[in-house]
Amino acid sequence: MLKEHFIQGKSLLHRLDPRGKVLVACFFSLVVALTHSPVVAGGGVVFGLLLVLIARLPWRPVGRRLALVNIFNLFLWLILPLTYAGSHHWQWGALVFSYEGAALAALITLKANGIFFCFLALVATSPVVTMAYALQRLGVPAKLVHLLLFTFRYIHVIEQERQRLVSAAVVRGFKPRVDLHTYRTYAYLVGMLLVKSFARSQRVYEAMLCRGFHGRLYCMSEFSLTREDVVAVAIMLLSVIFLGGYEWLKIS
Amino acid sequence: MVENQLIFELHQVCFAYPGGRPLLNNLDFHLRAGEKVGVVGSNGSGKTTFLHLLMGLLAHQQGEVKLFGNKVVSRHDFAGFRTRIGLLFQDADDQLFSPTVIEDVAFGPLNQGKSVAEAKALAMRVLARLDIAHLAERVTYQLSGGEKKMVSLATVLAMEPEVLLLDEPTTGLDEATRAKISEVLKGLDLAYVVISHDYDFLADVTGLTYYMHEGRFADDAGQVIHNHFHLHPFGSYPHQHSH
Ligand SMILES: Nc1ncnc2c1ncn2[C@@H]1O[C@H](COP(=O)(O)OP(=O)(O)OP(=O)(O)O)[C@@H](O)[C@H]1O
Ligand SMILES: [Mg+2]
Repeated sequence: MLKEHFIQGKSLLHRLDPRGKVLVACFFSLVVALTHSPVVAGGGVVFGLLLVLIARLPWRPVGRRLALVNIFNLFLWLILPLTYAGSHHWQWGALVFSYEGAALAALITLKANGIFFCFLALVATSPVVTMAYALQRLGVPAKLVHLLLFTFRYIHVIEQERQRLVSAAVVRGFKPRVDLHTYRTYAYLVGMLLVKSFARSQRVYEAMLCRGFHGRLYCMSEFSLTREDVVAVAIMLLSVIFLGGYEWLKIS
Repeated sequence: MVENQLIFELHQVCFAYPGGRPLLNNLDFHLRAGEKVGVVGSNGSGKTTFLHLLMGLLAHQQGEVKLFGNKVVSRHDFAGFRTRIGLLFQDADDQLFSPTVIEDVAFGPLNQGKSVAEAKALAMRVLARLDIAHLAERVTYQLSGGEKKMVSLATVLAMEPEVLLLDEPTTGLDEATRAKISEVLKGLDLAYVVISHDYDFLADVTGLTYYMHEGRFADDAGQVIHNHFHLHPFGSYPHQHSH
């Protein structure tokens, strides 16, 4: 089953109002994504790491996800130094390594990790459904919120169908091998998965219609801003403003 | 509610799935307020299709369908009536879509315009009535088959419909749970149509049983109450009888 790994927890960040958390996370990503300064990007990583520490997330799943993100960065490190045209470089045979390319790869790596940590600590600590409702409260159009909610819901449906199909094959003695039978079985699995998930999603939609669904979802959990929320969100926002301000001061 | 008001009125209704054989063939059906009828028939005879037609999930191709005295033609016409009819799907997996049980049960009442607090209270009441209040905070897709079935029933009852359409409500349930459903159904003051292959259950909760055959209803005029013997696989253990 697909699990939301990080929602269990009693830390400050788990308690905070999801609206405040989304707000900080979005503002932070904007500042860090747009920066040209390695200092700001590095500050972003520190900020994100601090949040992860505050949220006391289990380190093993965090590590797994971190590795995944950085596999993509690895490709940048392989490609950018070799292809970036810059004035400073270092030559070895036919290979030209550009320092600017390496600097760019480093900057992107810092940005990606900073934003990753921040989203992990702020967004992944609330259930997706709660987050969706928080977005709705923040004025995000209902259509987009539904898109998020139903995507999440149907990922589960597809995953369930997959498990059923796989068990159906396994209980009848299916063992993957390198032969045509295996490939054909996998092709059937994927095909059936699409068709069955589609049919099921249609039936679920019908079930929703039967219960009076008319394009609006109602949120069961109440959101309320406490003093703790206001203070924590203000501190985080100020830190992000400080990060952004640093770059702005240097430019002007 | 008007006494003896006609809820469903089907006249010479025909239906076939695209490219399939005619499934419902000049079918006539009436249901009045307070009437409790059962539907039996062989697998694939079109019982589920019939219920989906009553709910407007499928559109009939010929004949006339009236809901609460209003003629309906396209699926769109059903929209206003859907919250007055409660359909329990044959496959409980189709019915549940919210993350938690309580949210799923409150979904219908919220759509009907109840406040969050009201909807929650109502959902809890219905769960308690079905003896499954302990499932309220559970995640829907992790329930057992029987639990899913009971929660599905709760989602339907929570809408306080005027008529229930139940598609095999007892399949996969143990004796005690089945008895619970009988008890709840018999205590309800509403009309319902129950599809089931469980004759004892039907005899218990319905007054009249229709037999679906060749796309039509032959009402079971020959129904007689009789005693019969049945096998008790675990006869030495105490158990409850639903009949
Ligand atoms: N979406 C569909 N498209 C085409 N044919 C369908 C579809 N759904 C059902 N059928 C066919 O229509 C016939 C009647 O199906 P239906 O589900 O109404 O039977 P049923 O009486 O409820 O059977 P059971 O007792 O097994 O639940 C079956 O032969 C089935 O194969
Ligand atoms: Mg059926």
